[in-house]
Amino acid sequence: MQGQKRWLLAAVALFALAGVSGPVAAADLPGVTATEIKIGNTEAYSGPASAYGIIGKVEAAFFQMVNEQGGVAGHKINFISYDDGYSPPKTVEQVRRLVEQDGVAFTFNTLGTPTNTAIQKYLNQKKIPQLFVATGADKWGNYKEFPWTIGFQPSYRTEAQIYAKYILKTKPNAKIGILYQNDDFGKDYVLGMKDVLGDKYQKMVVKEASYETTDPTIDSQIVTLQGAGVDTLLTAAIPKFAAQAIRKIYDIGWKPEHFLTNVSISEAAVLTPAGPEKAVGIISSNYGKDPSDPAWKDDPGIKQWRAFMDKYMPGADLTDLNTVYGYGASLTMLQVLKQCNGDFSRENIMKQATNIKDLELPTLLPGIKINTSPTNYHPIRQMQLQKWTGKGWKRFGDIIEGAGA
Amino acid sequence: MQAFLHQVLSGLANGGIYASIALALVMIYQATQLVNFAQGEMAMFSTYISWSMIDAGFPYWAAFILTLVFAFVLGVAIERIIVRPVERAPVLTAVIVFIGLLVILNSVAGWIFSYTIKAFPSPFPSDAWYGSSYMSPHEVGMIFITLVVLALIFAFFRYTPLGLAMRAAAQNPMSSQLVGIRVGWMLALGWGLAGLVGSVAGMMAAPIVYLDPNMMAGIILYGFAAALLGGIDNPWGAVLGGFIVGVLENVAGAYVVGTELKLTVALVIIVGVLVAKPSGLFGRHLVSRV
Amino acid sequence: MAILGETSSAPAALYAGLSLRAWKRLGIAVILVVACAAPFFTSSYHLFQLTMVLVYAIALLGLNILTGFNGQFSLGHGAFYAIGAYTTAILLDQTVVPYWATIPIAGAICLIAGFLFGLPALRLEGLYLALATFALAVATPQILKYKNFDHWTGGVQGIIINKPDPPPGLPLDSDQWLYFFCLLCTVPLFVMGWNLLRGRTGRALVAIREHPIAAATMGIDTALYKSLTFGVSAMYTGIAGALGALVAQFVSPDSFQLFLSISFLVGIVIGGIASISGAVFGAVFIEFVPNIADQISKAAPWAIYGIFLIAFMYAMPLGVAGLIRVVGARLKRLVGPAERS
Repeated sequence: MQGQKRWLLAAVALFALAGVSGPVAAADLPGVTATEIKIGNTEAYSGPASAYGIIGKVEAAFFQMVNEQGGVAGHKINFISYDDGYSPPKTVEQVRRLVEQDGVAFTFNTLGTPTNTAIQKYLNQKKIPQLFVATGADKWGNYKEFPWTIGFQPSYRTEAQIYAKYILKTKPNAKIGILYQNDDFGKDYVLGMKDVLGDKYQKMVVKEASYETTDPTIDSQIVTLQGAGVDTLLTAAIPKFAAQAIRKIYDIGWKPEHFLTNVSISEAAVLTPAGPEKAVGIISSNYGKDPSDPAWKDDPGIKQWRAFMDKYMPGADLTDLNTVYGYGASLTMLQVLKQCNGDFSRENIMKQATNIKDLELPTLLPGIKINTSPTNYHPIRQMQLQKWTGKGWKRFGDIIEGAGA
Repeated sequence: MQAFLHQVLSGLANGGIYASIALALVMIYQATQLVNFAQGEMAMFSTYISWSMIDAGFPYWAAFILTLVFAFVLGVAIERIIVRPVERAPVLTAVIVFIGLLVILNSVAGWIFSYTIKAFPSPFPSDAWYGSSYMSPHEVGMIFITLVVLALIFAFFRYTPLGLAMRAAAQNPMSSQLVGIRVGWMLALGWGLAGLVGSVAGMMAAPIVYLDPNMMAGIILYGFAAALLGGIDNPWGAVLGGFIVGVLENVAGAYVVGTELKLTVALVIIVGVLVAKPSGLFGRHLVSRV
Repeated sequence: MAILGETSSAPAALYAGLSLRAWKRLGIAVILVVACAAPFFTSSYHLFQLTMVLVYAIALLGLNILTGFNGQFSLGHGAFYAIGAYTTAILLDQTVVPYWATIPIAGAICLIAGFLFGLPALRLEGLYLALATFALAVATPQILKYKNFDHWTGGVQGIIINKPDPPPGLPLDSDQWLYFFCLLCTVPLFVMGWNLLRGRTGRALVAIREHPIAAATMGIDTALYKSLTFGVSAMYTGIAGALGALVAQFVSPDSFQLFLSISFLVGIVIGGIASISGAVFGAVFIEFVPNIADQISKAAPWAIYGIFLIAFMYAMPLGVAGLIRVVGARLKRLVGPAERS
């Protein structure tokens, strides 16, 4: 009898101890204490996509700035970012670490399409907000199946749809060629064209040419496209290959109407290496400001960004558009946190993230605003067309609203 | 027909890039009997050094020569400091050290120079007479430089006593030491020269493919294939292999399977050739006596 | 060199009361007990990592059989890992085959694939074989992305896999069950490997590695052995891939980049070439060291990883298993047999 009682007491004590010494006591919210919010992030700091690693660094610096200014509602932000090398199995591991070991409240701006796909189900099952994923894939607006996942930038597919509509309006007999990266990014552009052109696609698109990121050059693809009689080209390529394409097209004396993905519009990272005079006439779109564009030299928004970069990311490459992107995404995150009004439960965070009204960021083009609602999971849906003059991008037309998923 | 010619010439231009890095691989193999997987990253790093000098105001040829010196010293230093401790270890151990080197160089370059692509100048004027709409002056010039380097390497190994000493040290270190060759320094010299050849490859490729830390990733792949296709111990084979790979890849992508399987088909063909000729097209067929 | 199994006919020497063989058996038993107890004492996340260690250990054993014991260089085992993973994913996605049945199917498919690849590879030696396998690893993502295969492979979007549920009645959560399932695959595979390698087959493989011509003159059918070894090696790695797919619950072409094949090579060398225990050490290395490097330096984590690689190779050129063997031999001489039986 006595032995059993002692055993029972010990068991009860053990359970009580476990309860008290657990990492998160029942009263606290996951990832949130009285003084701190933990935010998790995975980024490609290594591997083929390591060019995007700077986004994570900018975001870390931004939250450091926020903390120095007092945090949000008395809470400091603990931004934890891990490298996944753009490899989905690694992303799964790192996100589990963030959730189960570091105990973050939610994830923010995780990078990549396959990488985010790998963790989407896990996060939704655990009801953890997967906020503002850093990918232009179209599928992140699926609020019905994955209510805890929300996208951020306008989708690549929407962008391609906008170009397709423009082509149909201005050049209905165009012979279209598509140069695209052989992954979800590039293929989304092909899909966008198909969406709008419909049964005209087979007739109008005379050649599709893909490339891998391991290809040293895309010269062969350009030659093939020219040889197929293409007079309207859509290039869905990352900066290195976009620059190569622009240069090669000029060198072989080919003059198609050229549409370029807004991933590769950076003056300093693409057009200057390619040769600005070689890119005259290229049409693209944008939703943000390029700091290398002299039009924004005295713009207060860009000045604000530059002041932040000078103080918190000294030595960083100011021509890198990824830094502007990271800054903008962080500002959006801050807005959501402010809207939470001190209630940082996951439910409320998600509620506020899907309740952004007409948010203007200093780095967005004038007229473009961020809007989310419980049925609209595409925060940025607007962009404006622009044409390269040889010296800068000249925006034209109205702000266009994309369709979204 | 014109399109086909264009593809072939464009393939030769690419092939020139592959050929030049394949030469560096052959160089290191002839000097050490090992293939250095980090050769591409060493070349990339040297090219960044060159870029830094040019960015700081140095004229092109001054930066070029200084980079050659840097690359040579880097190669020697790597051999003496990093590779020496595993000289007598099994081959795979050395391979892991090379992989470590590759990863370090890539990571450090990204950290110091960031991942934004950088334009690299070409010494060949863009309106030179030998350019055309098929091949830019730089692409032509690059092939010319590659052939010059090839001739120099071939002459070095075949006709100079130093070259002979290096080959001896690589193939039979024990006997070489017995005849008075300083094997250790021969290996270091081999690494230095390979680094030098690699830096030339990098500086020739960068104006075309643009400079970024992952610049050599795709190129070393094809360079490796080219070097082996031609026979790893034959510099002529390496260069020819490079051109063959370049043209093959373009033609396969344009006419055979389309760009979505271009890489696969090129590799399948290369492997097929190797199965037919296991020492490469021009390699020496080693007959082992029992 | 490492040929396993003791063939001593002399009376066994005793160390502290037990023979060497008994000590080894005790060691393995302890490891197994710890392995079985681990899921109840570790967090979900660490358990996930341990499950990946098991998966990598199987893959590395496969590669070690081929490269370590048989001397055939492979830089392309990521391709077999991918084939195994996609087999499981496609079967689970499009058929009603239960998850546990996909594992042997993946193994069988990879056995055949490996054998078929091994046949032409017979003609290639050393570096040239390395290139051929390297080509395989590089081509794999592109093949997986090929649009004509899209309706099977899911193309660039990949395939999502549901986590297997534990069998009803067992008091385990799905993470723990998955760990045990992997353990249930790992142990028999390792035992099978050990049996294979310490017997005539193992000796034949090593003979082919050391001196192919002599082996042939002794009557070993080198061509058959080499191709079969390729097949068996691919089978192991394919099974690892299938299990890995279940653990990660997702496959996509980006999951199987070239670096995976290189990691496998790194794993077997660090762990110890031609050593079965080396597969486990190597798996621990490739699973945990990148995370450690990440914690040491955010700016250039892979530089730290590279430094780790080089440092390990300096300190233990024959891998962890090699170091243990050397240390063990020294201890044996120091301690000396306590008594003769």
